[in-house]
Amino acid sequence: MSNEKTPILEIKNLKLWFKVYKGYSKVLDGVNITVHQGEKVGIVGEAGCGKTTTVKSILGILPEGQYVIPEGEILYKGEDTLKMNSRQLGKVRSGEISMIYQEPSAALNPVFTIGQQMMEVAKNSDQGKGKTKAERREMVLNAIRDVFIPDPERIFDYYPVQLSGGMKQRICIAMAIMTQRDLMIADEPGTALDVTIQDQVHKTLDRLVEERDMALIMITHSLGVARELTDSINVMYAGTVVEAAPTAELFRKQLHPYTIGLMEAVPRLAGGGIQAGIYGSIPDYLYPPKGCRFAPRCPRATEQCLENKPELVDVGNGHKVACFNIEEV
Amino acid sequence: MNFKKYLLKRLLLAVVVMIGLSIVIFVISRIMPGDVATMALGSTATEEAKENYRIANHLYDPMLLQYFYWIGGVLRGDFGTSTSTDRPVAMDVAEFLPATLELVVMAAIILVILSIVLGVLAAKYRNTIVDAIVRVLSYIGVAMPSFVIATLLLLFFGHVWKIIPVLGRLSYGLTAPATVTGFYTIDALIAGDIKVFFNAFLHLLVPAFALALGGLCQEARIIRNSMVENGSKDYLSAMRGYGVPEGKILRKYQLKPSLIPAVSCMGMDIASLMGNAFLVETIFNWPGISRYGLSSMLGKDLNAIAAVLLIFGLIFVIVNIIVDLIVAGLDPRIRLGGAK
Repeated sequence: MSNEKTPILEIKNLKLWFKVYKGYSKVLDGVNITVHQGEKVGIVGEAGCGKTTTVKSILGILPEGQYVIPEGEILYKGEDTLKMNSRQLGKVRSGEISMIYQEPSAALNPVFTIGQQMMEVAKNSDQGKGKTKAERREMVLNAIRDVFIPDPERIFDYYPVQLSGGMKQRICIAMAIMTQRDLMIADEPGTALDVTIQDQVHKTLDRLVEERDMALIMITHSLGVARELTDSINVMYAGTVVEAAPTAELFRKQLHPYTIGLMEAVPRLAGGGIQAGIYGSIPDYLYPPKGCRFAPRCPRATEQCLENKPELVDVGNGHKVACFNIEEV
Repeated sequence: MNFKKYLLKRLLLAVVVMIGLSIVIFVISRIMPGDVATMALGSTATEEAKENYRIANHLYDPMLLQYFYWIGGVLRGDFGTSTSTDRPVAMDVAEFLPATLELVVMAAIILVILSIVLGVLAAKYRNTIVDAIVRVLSYIGVAMPSFVIATLLLLFFGHVWKIIPVLGRLSYGLTAPATVTGFYTIDALIAGDIKVFFNAFLHLLVPAFALALGGLCQEARIIRNSMVENGSKDYLSAMRGYGVPEGKILRKYQLKPSLIPAVSCMGMDIASLMGNAFLVETIFNWPGISRYGLSSMLGKDLNAIAAVLLIFGLIFVIVNIIVDLIVAGLDPRIRLGGAK
């Protein structure tokens, strides 16, 4: 049944501005991301480039009243989540998409037990709705077991403070995989953890996604993690996707100067230290550059880049890039 | 569980505090200038009568021994005789304390309910007109001392718009219900007298509101601010993302962590209501212990002062223990403090 080529999620030219004291902070500037059924998609980029904002806007869970979306659409299975009423959005939230949050200690309420919080999630999910309390409890315990936590009955009555960071992250994953979903969003699920635990968490996640044939959006700022866990990668810079390609293709050949800079900034095991980096920092979203947002930091920038915004265009092999000057490589 | 240990620790600490308080009160009352026997028996008493009084009341014994006589009496419920009312202090206390407690309990109920309602409303509709109104009301409430509020309310409800009775505990013509708890409202219910109950309840409203207002406004602000602060936390986004209804998130998952800072503050405010009550009691002609304490201070009635101070201290300590238990109940990080 699962057709690899059916898009489950299409984010089209999404613009999102946060209301701030001085006006609008124009964080997202035309994001384009496509996720196919059963596909594992990575979003890579430096801190503050709008990765989390993009995925939170899919579920409509950014703090209410503090942002506007002037343009763009988020098509989930063909329907725009931005135009949904609360009942339709509720259906997507309770049965279609689940999300793992970046900071496990912030994603769990400190004054409720793990069990109380997971039971609430179970109760509001499509699969848990008609069930009895005991059946839901069984759902929760199974989910905790699924993420390799021994003795789930004991953990059930624990408060988040009683758990270590890795345990908390696994509980967050357990919450997300407790019910069958079609799309899972994982926002840097390993960042808060040390490398060994990080690896365990990633493997657990990968296995569960494969087993349940879910689509996955994986946010990370580690290219290594992206290479290992994803089928395709979207590179984001300052609120736009600057380059998108199947993972193998992207690691074979980088076209956008930002992606090239990112790759060069990765330390090599072979030694020699970091060869180069990207000078400067991401632009001020209150007064973003008029043309390409990377232009002020770009070694190849021309007049055209300062004036006009490059579109994301397909250059073959499913490789898309938003840059005027790729031929000159 | 750690909970029992925590409670035991708090109770032991409370006993230590009470012993310390009793020593301070005793010492101050004994080193005050003036002859106790003369104050008790009047300036016309004979020297022989005074001498007998001193011997009978152990006034020639060392201070330490006197303290034990006094504290022994206190523990048996004997606070000595009031020189101003000529009755045992314990009797006065039994008469006046319930009136104040009833007032303070009512004020505490008003404080807790209204501060949560106002705080939640202001947070839910933050940066709108609702928030602005609550903010302005809070500033007014915090800035105006309770006796000013009390006077204004007395003027308003006693003169301009007479819908709620404002003076005393009951209207003229009604008889107080038989004393069981000393709370007129509860006694009236026990006696089955609905009319007296409503009358006593209405009499409570305005003074209790005047008493509660300052703390209420402050706590409404605290709740509003911590609700807003917690509003952008990921755990609420997560609940929203899993389709938990918005109303439930607000009432349960946002409110509970936001109450913790407010509850400690409420405890202090409610405990100090006892002491603050005397102005309100005086203005509304409320026969309470705060007013009794004030008049005994003006009349140098040592036994009464000591009793009133000791009771206020005890109530303060008890309220704080209750508050600590509530906070520990709300916040597992405190309850499990030693566990990690």
